[in-house]
Amino acid sequence: MYGNAYIDPNDPKNKLIAGEDPAKLQAFEETILAGKKIEPQDWMPVNYRKQLVRMIEQHAHSEIIGALPEGTWITRAPGFRRKLALMAKVQDEVGHAQLLYAAAETLGKSREDMINDLISGKSKYSNVFNYPAKTWADSAVIAWLIDAGAIVNQLANSKGSYGPYCRALERICYEESFHLKYGHDNVVHLATGTKKQRAMVQDALNRWWPPIMHFFGPSDKESVHTEILMRWKVKMASNDDMRQQFLDMYVPKIWDLGLTLPDKKLRKNPETKKWMYTEPDWDEFKRVINGDGPCNAERLAVRRMAEQRGRWVRKAIVNPKDSYVKPFA
Amino acid sequence: MKSLDPRIARAKIELDNPDFSLENQGHFPTYEVFHQKKRGAQHQHVGIVHAPNPEMAMLYAKEQYTRRGKTANLWVVASSEIFATEYFDEDMFENTPDKKHRDPTSYKVMDKIKAFKENQQNQ
Ligand SMILES: [Fe+2]
Ligand SMILES: [Fe+2]
Repeated sequence: MYGNAYIDPNDPKNKLIAGEDPAKLQAFEETILAGKKIEPQDWMPVNYRKQLVRMIEQHAHSEIIGALPEGTWITRAPGFRRKLALMAKVQDEVGHAQLLYAAAETLGKSREDMINDLISGKSKYSNVFNYPAKTWADSAVIAWLIDAGAIVNQLANSKGSYGPYCRALERICYEESFHLKYGHDNVVHLATGTKKQRAMVQDALNRWWPPIMHFFGPSDKESVHTEILMRWKVKMASNDDMRQQFLDMYVPKIWDLGLTLPDKKLRKNPETKKWMYTEPDWDEFKRVINGDGPCNAERLAVRRMAEQRGRWVRKAIVNPKDSYVKPFA
Repeated sequence: MKSLDPRIARAKIELDNPDFSLENQGHFPTYEVFHQKKRGAQHQHVGIVHAPNPEMAMLYAKEQYTRRGKTANLWVVASSEIFATEYFDEDMFENTPDKKHRDPTSYKVMDKIKAFKENQQNQ
């Protein structure tokens, strides 16, 4: 049933569904409304496919690039247990990327095309990973709070309508719970430690707070576009709602440790039960996402190197009978 | 600021190489992965991997789906080899839940036995 939300596909405002067969579109929307998942072999609107590819692909890129700022701390992790844990976390993140690339591939875009679009800068990934992890405390703050933000987002999306994405997300969320605990453990260790350790984690928190506030993106514009994506269960929650949820869950936990956040306006309004904060600097957000952040170039360079140097392996697994001629060095 | 990534700071990899792109090798086929926790248990479907052949699919499946908990055995099956029902035929299963006569709970004899015994005693 369309309910009262019938949208005229011929109205140019409704570009997302322009040209779609109304009967098929209706059956598709009924399936979603009934709480059923859409599977790769099902009919779907062109723009449903497009939006999902974009979203899942960006998510996959975020996992694979997100492994880099923390990955640089593996060799310098304080102690063997933390080193093991951080390696396991980073491996999980790369695994998440694989699950997500596989989910996106079911929609028809090949993995090579996705990686090419990442390397050329055509596809985006989460902006937070364009910032450096300066100290061990940064890696702790990332593992706790960036992963916490990711969980809010991923839990919402796991209730979406596209079966392969939901299944990948369920597995991912299960693994993320370890990341969150591991990150919290590291932050608590520093925050309850020596003066120097406390200063270090406070410093990292100050550095990471603006990117964390950027994490969920700017407020959604109210538009037919957003409305349709919500009805198709592609977009599951508004950016502001997810940010509120995150603040509600984690600001008290941060304050509990006697740590502060670099935003004087940050507090919960007791009447509206909403968090008030200084509006994040969205110009910086746009500048960084468009390539001008402190680490954009090196993140892509590292990814490109991995693809370039791994190319012979890819060739070898496709043609296992090829013989090895040139020494690799 | 100097990079904190040893690949940039020490290995000095090239920062810009706009010409690089992967040759498109097309999609790898999809394999379904089935995981068995312990000997004797059912294998359970856990997800998919994309791989050029079953051996590689097994390697990817091992990396992806056995990082936690116990594993006794893994299967990978090419998705194209699976013969499946179509979702538009879903209605053929619709009345299965109505077949209460297949349910042990729909056979209740205790009331009758009780009544029978009471009857016998009263005679
Ligand atoms: Fe992840
Ligand atoms: Fe994570």
